[in-house]
Amino acid sequence: MLSSKASCNSHGQDSSYFLGWQVYEKNPFDEVENPAEIIQMGLAENQLSFDLVESWLRKNPDAMGLKNKDGESVFRDLALFQDYHGMPAFKNELVEYMAKIRGNKVKFDPKNLVLAAGATSANETLIFCLADPGEAILLPTPYYPGFDRDLRWRTGVEIVPIHCSSSNGFRISMHALEEAYERARKLDLKVKGVLITNPSNPLGTTMTKDELQNLITFAIDKNIHLISDEVFSGTVFDSPCFISIIEAAIDSNLKRNTDVLSRIHIVYSLSKDLGLPGFRVGMIYSNNQTVVAAATKMSSFGLVSSQTQYLLTCMLANKKFTSKYMKENQKRLKRRKELLVSGLKKSGINCLKSNAGLFCWVDMRHLLSSNTFEAETDLWKKILCEVGLNISPGSSCHCSEPGWFRVCFANMNQPTLEVALRRIKDFVERSRFNCQQNMGGFSRRLLSNWVRKLSSADHREEQER
Amino acid sequence: MGLLSRKVTCNSHGQDSSYFLGWQEYEKNPYDEVKNPKGIIQMGLAENQLSFDILESWLAKNPEAASFKRDGQSIFKELALFQDYHGLPAFKKALVDFMAEIRGNKVTFDTNNIVLTAGATSANETLMFCLAEKGDAFLLPTPYYPGFDRDLKWRTGAEIVPIVCTSSNGFKITESALEEAYQEAQKRKLRVKGVLVTNPSNPLGTTMSRNELDILVNFITDKEIHLISDEIYSGTVFSSPAFISIMEVLKDRKLENDSQVWERVHVVYSLSKDLGLPGFRVGAIYSNDPIVVAAATKMSSFGLVSSQTQFLLSAMLSDKKFTKEYLSKNHKRLQKRQNKLVSGLEKAGISCLESNAGLFCWVDMRHLLSSNTFEAEMELWKRIVYEVKLNISPGSSCHCTEPGWFRVCFANMSEDTLKLALKRLKSFVGSITINNQSHQELKNTRKKNRNNWVFRLSFQSFHDREQEER
Repeated sequence: MLSSKASCNSHGQDSSYFLGWQVYEKNPFDEVENPAEIIQMGLAENQLSFDLVESWLRKNPDAMGLKNKDGESVFRDLALFQDYHGMPAFKNELVEYMAKIRGNKVKFDPKNLVLAAGATSANETLIFCLADPGEAILLPTPYYPGFDRDLRWRTGVEIVPIHCSSSNGFRISMHALEEAYERARKLDLKVKGVLITNPSNPLGTTMTKDELQNLITFAIDKNIHLISDEVFSGTVFDSPCFISIIEAAIDSNLKRNTDVLSRIHIVYSLSKDLGLPGFRVGMIYSNNQTVVAAATKMSSFGLVSSQTQYLLTCMLANKKFTSKYMKENQKRLKRRKELLVSGLKKSGINCLKSNAGLFCWVDMRHLLSSNTFEAETDLWKKILCEVGLNISPGSSCHCSEPGWFRVCFANMNQPTLEVALRRIKDFVERSRFNCQQNMGGFSRRLLSNWVRKLSSADHREEQER
Repeated sequence: MGLLSRKVTCNSHGQDSSYFLGWQEYEKNPYDEVKNPKGIIQMGLAENQLSFDILESWLAKNPEAASFKRDGQSIFKELALFQDYHGLPAFKKALVDFMAEIRGNKVTFDTNNIVLTAGATSANETLMFCLAEKGDAFLLPTPYYPGFDRDLKWRTGAEIVPIVCTSSNGFKITESALEEAYQEAQKRKLRVKGVLVTNPSNPLGTTMSRNELDILVNFITDKEIHLISDEIYSGTVFSSPAFISIMEVLKDRKLENDSQVWERVHVVYSLSKDLGLPGFRVGAIYSNDPIVVAAATKMSSFGLVSSQTQFLLSAMLSDKKFTKEYLSKNHKRLQKRQNKLVSGLEKAGISCLESNAGLFCWVDMRHLLSSNTFEAEMELWKRIVYEVKLNISPGSSCHCTEPGWFRVCFANMSEDTLKLALKRLKSFVGSITINNQSHQELKNTRKKNRNNWVFRLSFQSFHDREQEER
């Protein structure tokens, strides 16, 4: 009686990514109220820089009070404004902000920008525009678990993974692209495009120029689209600096081939760098006028509240604020990431070297009882229930190698992160001690060899970065 | 080449319809009292601009709600992070209470059954995704809101089959019309999943009678299908008969315990029409089926309401003194304004379908058509847009089966602008009459019949039609 969409489960929300969240909800950590309970490290939110935004708000009450610079109420105009072309002033500010994030190496035209209720809406809308039910999009693994729902559920489009591995730092190779394309072909799926997240979620790395070139060459060769989800572009806190797909396309002299530029589309949102996921501000940027026109009409299904468009127009118009925010936010993200990385290292756990994002891609392969996803799930459950940390297992991100976890660092305060690191340290030591106990009659020498071998596996990690 | 999806290259977004084209003409030459007094007056936009002062006054007295403060404390961080698709609990509570208040508290709504969406546009599409897919159809009574062609069909792949309603009975839904529509769907090899009604009706401006609602409940029970009641205009009922919600009918017929029917009835609401806040994108789905609620909740990820807006409106709607005052004053103003339009049109010899709700009237201009055809309706519409400079919506854009009906909005302009629009229309009708008369004179040279003839024409067209429709 209901549609198949309502009764199936391709909303993907039975995955462990969401289940861990549910367990957390039942028993959330609170420094004061609930210090023994689960610490949320599965939520890629940025809570480090609210004070900067709040300080701006305090100095600019009219933006909240729906008044203009002359103190006159703009309530009426805003209440009526439902134009799916979006507030012109807001789009102007957004394209400038996006350019600023890219070091002003690229310029964006507000006419090519389509607003949506968050990147969730933007991504789904783009897929509705580019692919029909039964067609496919290639995605490099590991990828954001939400894509299974956002790109596939209501669109009927399939995802075919591009397998990336730790052997080369999970970078996208030409070989992996070709292999994925071939796999899709064998499944009788017409590939319409590749969707990448740059900076990557869950890896926290920015794409190299080579990777981007590979992608562009591949898109030209196969005559397909390239969607670059750049929602984390404002969270790049370290070198190498961020190279946007458009910059790469223009740089490589492919501008002459205007075909490919019309097949490159960017998704952005204010949820990650500005830390405003509740405000539902996402957008699609495309040079393809047909896509812009269709996406604009589709945005009717998820427009941004005019009240919110107005507030953020005022905020982003303040260039002093945006410069200060970007700089300070990046500093804090870097410091916080380093805290996590060094803390984990003390526990003998390494991370993929990263320069962006709100999380680290953590290597816990050496803590697995066996090199299997069952062992990964066992470890994940232990960490959730015994250690009291909700982190995201790599399998929920479709990683092809067991033992990797995404651990968020920006959605809690420092003392909480320190508690989390202490708990991990205790857990790792307990595990080693248990191993030691279990070894029973083994001589000390053998034991230290075993421990040494375990740590040399860590050294291998360092070579792979 | 197939590089883009079929959804992009087809045109089932429906935006080539005249409904949207008239809008475009208005955009090119919009009326402004000072800057462009000869421009086109927008009467095709169902907005409520009559009661903003009441909202603004509340905002002025309650600055905390817009400033992310609660009891003097800043909750900005909490709101900035709030993206839970279950919605802000305080807002859902305030919303269901408001919905109950609109229905005279004859029904109550459970916050567990409400799903927030970015406007009714999103709510309707989401509900369609939950209930239907390619090969399925929903039956809709004509005339209906032109946007439904896009909202219900475009990305969902579902079809709309019209339930033909006519002026012979005031466009009311009948059993035979329902049956005919059902048969038509079968002929087209479509599986009927449900009926969608807009109550109060857009574009008619009428509330459904209890008899109509009973017929609907009987029909969906018999066919074992869904009923979606789009009640976004429920807060704009300004005169009798009182609004009867579908939920009230189910309750009165003691169908709460009949989960078969109970769980197949869904209501859509929004704050865009009565509160006049279309820019804030606040819509809602209310369903008695927990599976639909669960699926729609997840789907609402694609169109959540800004937490900033949820917070502001939860404070506003929780203020019961305000909601009572607003509903009462707003109704009075809508009624006054509708009366102005109706009486002004009467003076021009044009009658309207008798209405008690909505932000528009369903206007009978059949007597102004050169022939009883849709071509003639288009001709008339073009003249009204380009010569009279009024953007009104032709009945054909609403899928009306009889040519000559137009939807004319009355709540989206000032009283002076409405007066001007009526003046222009009166002269236009007068000029058509004179033209017809000159034409007549060529055939009939007797001058002294002129006045009699003109008098008879305006009296007859007004009088006869009136008696048929009411």
